[in-house]
Amino acid sequence: MTPRPSEWGPPFRFKPEDLESLFVVLHEQAYKIIGPTVNDDAIVLGELNSTADLPVGWTDEQSGGSYRLARHSRPEFFHFASGPHSLKQYLHPPSVCLWTASRNGHGFEIMEKVQEAGKLAFVGVRACDLHALAILDKVFKAGPLPDSSYALRRSQLLVIAVNCTSPGGTCFCESMKCGPQVDEGFDLVLTEIEDEGRHFFVGQAGSESGRTIAAKIPQEEASSTDLERVETMLNDARTRMGRRLDTSDLKKQLYRSYDHPRWEETAERCLNCGNCTMVCPTCFCNTMEDVTDLSGVRAERWRKWDSCFTTDFSYIHGGSIRSSAKSRYRQWLIHKLATWVDQFGTFGCVGCGRCITWCPVGIDLTEETAAILESNSTSTPGMK
Amino acid sequence: MATESEGLKLRNAPGTDPMRPALFEVHRVRQETRDTFTLELRSRGPSDGFQFLPGQFNMVYVFGVGEVPISISGDPNRPNALFHTTRAVGAVTKAMRRLRRGDVLGIRGPFGASWPVNEVSAREVIIVAGGIGLAPLRPMIYQLLSQRDQRGRVVLLYGARTPDEILFTHELQQWRTQLGLEAFVTVDRAHGDWQGNVGVVTTLIPKAPFDPSQAVALVCGPEVMMRFTVMELSKRGISKNRIYISMERNMKCGIGLCGHCQFGPYYVCKDGPVFRYDQVQDLIPLREI
Amino acid sequence: METLKPLLEEHPFLRDLSAEHLDLVVGCAKNVRFDPGKYLFREGQEANEFFIIRDGHVAVEIHSATKGPVIIQTVGAGEILGWSWLIPPYQWHFDARAVEVTRAIALDGKCLRGKCEKDYHLGYELMKRFSHIIEERLAATRLQLLDLYGNGI
Ligand SMILES: Cc1cc2nc3c(=O)[nH]c(=O)nc-3n(C[C@H](O)[C@H](O)[C@H](O)COP(=O)(O)OP(=O)(O)OC[C@H]3O[C@@H](n4cnc5c(N)ncnc54)[C@H](O)[C@@H]3O)c2cc1C
Ligand code: SF4
Ligand code: SF4
Ligand code: FES
Repeated sequence: MTPRPSEWGPPFRFKPEDLESLFVVLHEQAYKIIGPTVNDDAIVLGELNSTADLPVGWTDEQSGGSYRLARHSRPEFFHFASGPHSLKQYLHPPSVCLWTASRNGHGFEIMEKVQEAGKLAFVGVRACDLHALAILDKVFKAGPLPDSSYALRRSQLLVIAVNCTSPGGTCFCESMKCGPQVDEGFDLVLTEIEDEGRHFFVGQAGSESGRTIAAKIPQEEASSTDLERVETMLNDARTRMGRRLDTSDLKKQLYRSYDHPRWEETAERCLNCGNCTMVCPTCFCNTMEDVTDLSGVRAERWRKWDSCFTTDFSYIHGGSIRSSAKSRYRQWLIHKLATWVDQFGTFGCVGCGRCITWCPVGIDLTEETAAILESNSTSTPGMK
Repeated sequence: MATESEGLKLRNAPGTDPMRPALFEVHRVRQETRDTFTLELRSRGPSDGFQFLPGQFNMVYVFGVGEVPISISGDPNRPNALFHTTRAVGAVTKAMRRLRRGDVLGIRGPFGASWPVNEVSAREVIIVAGGIGLAPLRPMIYQLLSQRDQRGRVVLLYGARTPDEILFTHELQQWRTQLGLEAFVTVDRAHGDWQGNVGVVTTLIPKAPFDPSQAVALVCGPEVMMRFTVMELSKRGISKNRIYISMERNMKCGIGLCGHCQFGPYYVCKDGPVFRYDQVQDLIPLREI
Repeated sequence: METLKPLLEEHPFLRDLSAEHLDLVVGCAKNVRFDPGKYLFREGQEANEFFIIRDGHVAVEIHSATKGPVIIQTVGAGEILGWSWLIPPYQWHFDARAVEVTRAIALDGKCLRGKCEKDYHLGYELMKRFSHIIEERLAATRLQLLDLYGNGI
């Protein structure tokens, strides 16, 4: 754990059975705890009542187009990679009613839909998802007209992060410089260590609230051996990334590739299902839906997740701007890895691998990007 | 990161949420052409008028039907009334056309980047508009003509489909005769009794009276028309960093939060709709972007 | 005819033509004037001229049985009108009607055709200049066909 800003507390060590005390403190502080749990053959996010709800003894096997829940023999709580869910579900929910309206005489009235947000404590958040959270903050909070409902939900968040020592087959956070080590945006970070029959956690607070909570966990000081162990495990994780992406010069290269023949080839496989955008922790696009009741007296405005993979997404009177499948896949990938940089100062991808795992036909953005970069460097077929 | 709030739940403060429309009442409806009409709106709430910059737009909500981006077409120096000039083409705009005096609309805005109001104030200005594209330019024309003594010539080249589809005919006449606007109008087709020009608006550019080394050009119309207009303007020698265009994309939020209006690295709703041409010239030739 | 030479020399259409060629062109030129409603030419007539419009406004029309005259293009000061004199069967396809008092220089196409046949260099110079006008006209027509302002495109 290399950089140690002043607000970070001293590293400490605690026993796996004392993880429960963390849950107790969080409940005492009126937090609803959200974390990984097994449901529907996957490790998803859900409300946790106790550590018993964590996927102890479970892991996952991920590759392009495939996710398998699997048993493993060790007692770890956090031995798996990203599941289909991310913090996005909670901070930018799939559908939100923004306001309601009702007719009166000639006119109508708009009623504020009061947005409420409970205190949420997320347990087990990986570095990639914390970076994704920082990206959503840039999208929804940093502009001159921020999204008040996002900001509200965001303000109620407590983050118990976990250093990732079990990257999956589709992970490449190391390439995106978004993991596996948790380096920002957390209240408390844990590293779970299990070797030679020894099983314990190393923890460190990253904020005032984190310190308060950490203080309630029975603990001892972490030794320098413990910290070295953490370091070794993270270094080891860095070498076990299932995927890799060369990000040097990426933006410039992609801006040169709008006419690359590869888009067409990928479009032939892509089903335009939009799964990749749904599971992506940073994909934020949404649409407004106006609905009325049958009598036409009441109307509602809903904000719902949307996907750039539909033709409606870019529809203007006269037709869709992106009517070919090729142009939509291209929009998505170039947005993630090039235009996002100009818009928000970071890539729109944290390397969590979800889009690769959950694509029904296994389209892999690292592979697509590599193919484009490679032919850019050798020749420039079909390019301006 | 977490706030130590007393209660279990926080509520957002009501008030100035840009996602929530303000109510405006239709004060007058003016049929401009067969399919185009202007709504004059007055705020229903307490209001010191609707301040906006020429080129900005509003998200206009029709109860129970939907919401669409429409440019503001009124005079920025007369903010007590809000004007929208709209062509009825689909669900929402047709519902707007059915509105009558006293009916109510929801308005979010004003949003977006304006025409280069300051840059043009001391220069010669050439305005090129096609069809409904004259509506977003009208506030700029008002503005320019109101400061006419301190400024150079204002030339308008305007193309419409037929003589019946020319917008603001009465005002055009008035601007020409009383305020010194040099306006040239052309239509795509006309019957024998039409005294004016026939041909697309780009054909007016080679002979238009302006000094290419001085003039700033403001262009609004369908994308193809703007592309060819820029080509002709460039042939005359106006440099690309003195040409401005107004872009159109699907818009749902109007404030950079929904992603729909992306145009390469830009969000048309907040980085545009008005762009200086050299900002977007590399994107314009790309297809389906 | 001497009086027309400076005018023609200045005109962008003939700019940079050699002195010798310019003289040949000037030799085929004359001043003309049309009152409003008068036709510069009519569909089906033999095309023996083209016009450099000096001032005024000309409507190029096609006559429709149901709609009467439909204007497809207008031509004004400084512009060139007519190229049917160059291309067999040397016949006008449209009507050209003066909308207001129109003064123009008419160039005798029959005379020019003869000179071009004898001097291919002159023929090439004129062809180059006319193909430019035809190309611009074609581009404008294509845009008109798109119905630019009508549909969202
Ligand atoms: C910045 C801006 C300014 C505009 N200013 C004007 C104006 O001053 N006057 C005017 O007549 N029109 C203007 N338009 C175009 C106007 O927004 C569309 O004509 C309108 O959205 C069509 O909606 P509809 O429901 O009537 O049509 P439909 O074809 O039924 O549209 C269905 C939906 O598609 C989307 N959509 C369709 N066309 C467009 C479009 N062109 N732009 C964005 N979204 C679209 C909308 O979500 C719309 O609700 C402007 C567009 C933009 C982006
Ligand atoms: S683009 Fe794919 S790998 Fe990148 S953050 Fe989104 S889901 Fe994860
Ligand atoms: S890339 Fe895969 S997940 Fe994304 S839209 Fe295409 S088929 Fe669906
Ligand atoms: S309209 Fe939503 S981002 Fe531009």
